[in-house]
Amino acid sequence: MKNPEEIFEILKKEFSDAIVSLDKELPTEQIISVDPLQINKIGEFLRDNEELKFDSLMCLSGVDDANGTKIKEENGSEKIQNGTLSVYYHLHSIELKHKITLRVSIPREDAKVESVENIWKCANWHEREAFDLFGIVFLNHPDLRRILMPYDWEGYPLRKDYENPEFYQGMKVPY
Amino acid sequence: MGLLDKEFSDGNIVVAKVDDLLNWARLSSVWQLGFGLACCAIEMMATSASHYDFDRFGVIPRNTPRQADIIIISGTVTLKMATRIKRLYEQMPDPKYIISMGSCANCGGPYWEHGYHVLKGVDRVIPVDVYVPGCPPRPEALLEGLIKLREKIRKESLRKKSE
Repeated sequence: MKNPEEIFEILKKEFSDAIVSLDKELPTEQIISVDPLQINKIGEFLRDNEELKFDSLMCLSGVDDANGTKIKEENGSEKIQNGTLSVYYHLHSIELKHKITLRVSIPREDAKVESVENIWKCANWHEREAFDLFGIVFLNHPDLRRILMPYDWEGYPLRKDYENPEFYQGMKVPY
Repeated sequence: MGLLDKEFSDGNIVVAKVDDLLNWARLSSVWQLGFGLACCAIEMMATSASHYDFDRFGVIPRNTPRQADIIIISGTVTLKMATRIKRLYEQMPDPKYIISMGSCANCGGPYWEHGYHVLKGVDRVIPVDVYVPGCPPRPEALLEGLIKLREKIRKESLRKKSE
């Protein structure tokens, strides 16, 4: 069983530049920030390393950090520029009984993260959900389609600057 | 009743209007499409079960729209589902009836403002006969909705579906 500081030290030794920081001053659990384009090999290391053995991806979630600059458009709607989106990975080792949370942050205009589907199979649908609702593109994902919304839906509903359409296939959407 | 309490003039002969006879037959065996959407479907299933016994009104679930007389929209209608519901409704033979069960199917319910994926009332895609309020309605409420529908069918005429 290892605490987040020890896990952070092991990762820092192995990957140095890909591991950005350990966020300790949070009211919840401690979070390790990592490079979005190296999450795949970090994940593989976390799963296969004898000291870590993170065999279970409990949850993979997309988040809109809502930290960009808001720009008023002519029609009264708001767009956010230069903000970030994040993906959180909650990992658990069933054998060693320890947990860790990883975070990758990506620019919202070019939201690309490596897929971890080949490491934890359950990531497949979680990544499709994050793609569906936040528009985060998971590189090397085998089947990146929308999972909840209709295939012909436009936009990503859980982004903070999402505008609901007036009509969908001839049906009025607002109340 | 209007049908059986009038004329038994001779032996086994019943005299009645064709309208009354047809309406009586229709309202006594409204077969419903076996179709549930959300938590309201749980109440609908409870209504079908032995405690409330939908079958005493001749309501039995059919597994194909082609053998169904009524569709109970029991739950939240998402935009994705709305296109499917419309198709199911179109596959049902006339005469066909719709009960909209619960707040979600009536008007969007708790999703009325922020439900980007919810159709705000199933009457935006198909014509509803009876609205049953509640979130979800109790089985008694659904039974009353069915009784209202039976009253509506009873007043029908061959010339015109009643309003």
